[in-house]
Amino acid sequence: MSVAEHAPRAVIDHAARRRTRIVGAILILIAAFIVVVLGDAPSQATFRLSRPRDAWVLPNLVVPAQPFIYVAAALTAFLGVRQFLRGGGRWTTLSLGLGLGLAVLAFLVWATAENAFSLTGMLQATMVRAVPIALGGLAALMCERVAVVNIAVEGMLLAGAFTGALMGSVIGGWGGLLSAVVIGGLFGFILAALVVTYRMDQIIAGVVINLFVLGLTSFVSSQVFAEMRHLNNAPVFPALKIPILGDIPVIGPMLFQQNIFVYGALIMVGVSTYYLFHTRNGLRARAVGEHPRAADTLGIDVYWTRYVHVTIGGMIAGFGGAWFTLGSVGRFDENMTGGRGYIGLAAMIFGRWHPVGALMAALVFGFTDSLQQKLALLNTPIPSEFLAMAPYIATIIVVAGLIGRARAPAADGKPYVKE
Amino acid sequence: MSVNDTLDSAKEQLLRRAAPGRAQFEDLVIVPLFAVAVALMLGALIMLATGIDLPTVGRSFIALLAGSVGSLGALSETLVAAVPLVLAALGLALGFRTGLFNIGAEGQILMGGLAAVIFGFTFDGLPFAILMPLSLLAGMLVGAFYAGIAGWLRAATGAHEVISTIMLNLISYRLLDYMLRLDWVQREGRSDPISRSVPEAAELPRLLEWLDPNLRMHAGVFVMIAAVIVVHWLLFRAKLGFEFRASGASPDAARYAGIRAGLIIVLAMATAGALAGLAGANQVLGVLGRASPGFSAGIGFDAIAVALLGRSHPVGVLFAGLLFGALEAGGRQMQVDAGVSIDLIGIIQALIIVFIAAPLLVRALFPWGFRAASKGDAE
Repeated sequence: MSVAEHAPRAVIDHAARRRTRIVGAILILIAAFIVVVLGDAPSQATFRLSRPRDAWVLPNLVVPAQPFIYVAAALTAFLGVRQFLRGGGRWTTLSLGLGLGLAVLAFLVWATAENAFSLTGMLQATMVRAVPIALGGLAALMCERVAVVNIAVEGMLLAGAFTGALMGSVIGGWGGLLSAVVIGGLFGFILAALVVTYRMDQIIAGVVINLFVLGLTSFVSSQVFAEMRHLNNAPVFPALKIPILGDIPVIGPMLFQQNIFVYGALIMVGVSTYYLFHTRNGLRARAVGEHPRAADTLGIDVYWTRYVHVTIGGMIAGFGGAWFTLGSVGRFDENMTGGRGYIGLAAMIFGRWHPVGALMAALVFGFTDSLQQKLALLNTPIPSEFLAMAPYIATIIVVAGLIGRARAPAADGKPYVKE
Repeated sequence: MSVNDTLDSAKEQLLRRAAPGRAQFEDLVIVPLFAVAVALMLGALIMLATGIDLPTVGRSFIALLAGSVGSLGALSETLVAAVPLVLAALGLALGFRTGLFNIGAEGQILMGGLAAVIFGFTFDGLPFAILMPLSLLAGMLVGAFYAGIAGWLRAATGAHEVISTIMLNLISYRLLDYMLRLDWVQREGRSDPISRSVPEAAELPRLLEWLDPNLRMHAGVFVMIAAVIVVHWLLFRAKLGFEFRASGASPDAARYAGIRAGLIIVLAMATAGALAGLAGANQVLGVLGRASPGFSAGIGFDAIAVALLGRSHPVGVLFAGLLFGALEAGGRQMQVDAGVSIDLIGIIQALIIVFIAAPLLVRALFPWGFRAASKGDAE
């Protein structure tokens, strides 16, 4: 980083400059969009910060709609123009993030104008919807840090969801959860075997696992669950309110009135951050991801490290998959993960291969997801399909804007052949 | 050995697996045969494990055979299922050869198919000789454009095509749902998302209707064969194809040789998208007659498997597509005759690819099938 910043100015990175300009153009487009589409918001938007039965009740937040929207547009346009004049470096990413954030806020104010909107409820839903994406991203991250690309997250989530429903119905919630974790780990182990021992192309192996799990779970669900419904009727983990913290306004319901999947995801993000960046084994794992031959020379068993971490990644994905059934509806449906694993993968890249970053990215996806649900209630003139597209378009924009600066583990996707 | 050498050799191995230059007899014939046989056996085991009795397993395999090649009708169904798979897989194979992993065929099929339908009913009244080819062309162009977005993003900003094509797939589902509800697209008098019908002059004619009106085989079969020939020529005889393959084999060498990497990426993605769009147009003009939500029915994902199974070679893709088409058609018969869900076919397909893509695994399982090769490995 510091080396690049001190490099002579004569060395021009064309890709970086083009990225800077593209981000600038995108920001100006966003500003134009805010003014043209959202400009004529009539009165004011009311955001409810508490629910009537909360311990501490905060007053409603009232925002004058039109001034707020114009200020947001002006700020975004400023950031965009700045990109052309003296942009680059860290500002590219930061500006893009700020611009998108402002656009979302302006949109929220516009959609809520003359209406009231429960911010607390939406943040709570955001957290819940972020969980499978964050866990999927974390699972992929554990694999990519040891240089195994894990497209199979989608299949592992689906396998976890299926196992959670089946075993949850047979032996109860905790048994179902444990089984889901074990099955997720099993698929992680299979992926590791295919790519480490049998040196199969990592992306092909991932695609195959996805196909296989989709086929198997759909087959069993149409062949067995259709007739024996009691096998697909698992208990759902209830929300647990943490005594004092749960009463904090706004943040309390979001973080401390949730079920074990939310707490599990938060804890895992913390633990994996500590593990990867502050322990000896974590350092070794990252060494395997960056330069396996050097790691091997130092006596680290590259194959073993990859097996262990990919299996752990699978277990995390299995836990995340169980959320779909044990953490939400208690019933398995064909292909119920619906691409969340892929979005998790995007969250990992978006989050720059860092657990906390992946969680933040997952929260962004969860936010747009729940926003789309809530906006259906507010009767906005924008078709719901476009709202549903928004997170994916945002992902493309972000990946296009960021990827040059986010760096994958150096050996990512490459098989290692011990000499 | 320097770091770069190590990386290059690792990459070479990867690419050789995805797109081998001159595969040996064993790789081309024995491994696929073993793969299919083992996958079918494992499929039988899965059926037994889910409580299906042995006679039913036997009946379902007979139905699988009868439904795929057992009669003229079965052959016709096999071809109908194979056409879009082969077309989309040709595009993906071309991408693999260029070093691009395009997961977006599904979205490109949807967008291309929708464009073909819209073009067809908008210009209703034109004669068949003009309307049908132009509708196909509309599908190709829109498919090419949709894939080109991902290609351009990759070339201009380095955004990985796996992520961007996945996102474009997810966007395409919503865009299709939205378009199907527009006044000028939606069928009159319907409230569900479904498009107007394609006029007869835009439809791919059915070839065997004179024998039996139920035979669905349509002129898309000729499109498929033509596409195989054109892609083969493009990849192995044309300068552009050489540039595709050179960029895939060694991006650095290609760049030093004066090949414009960014342009090649965009062109390769667009060509792949054109073929996927053609597959979508084939589906709506030859089979469905209209567009409805999710009409691609997973063809874009199955096509990834077909391209891998065909080793990214046009002729291999043709055979792999025919095999998958046969499994698809036979699977439907199996569902009717033996009451076994067609989802089993998905499992069998996945298993086939595992064994194809991991030859080391097949060799470990069946060492006696590879006498010469195992000697080579032992050295």
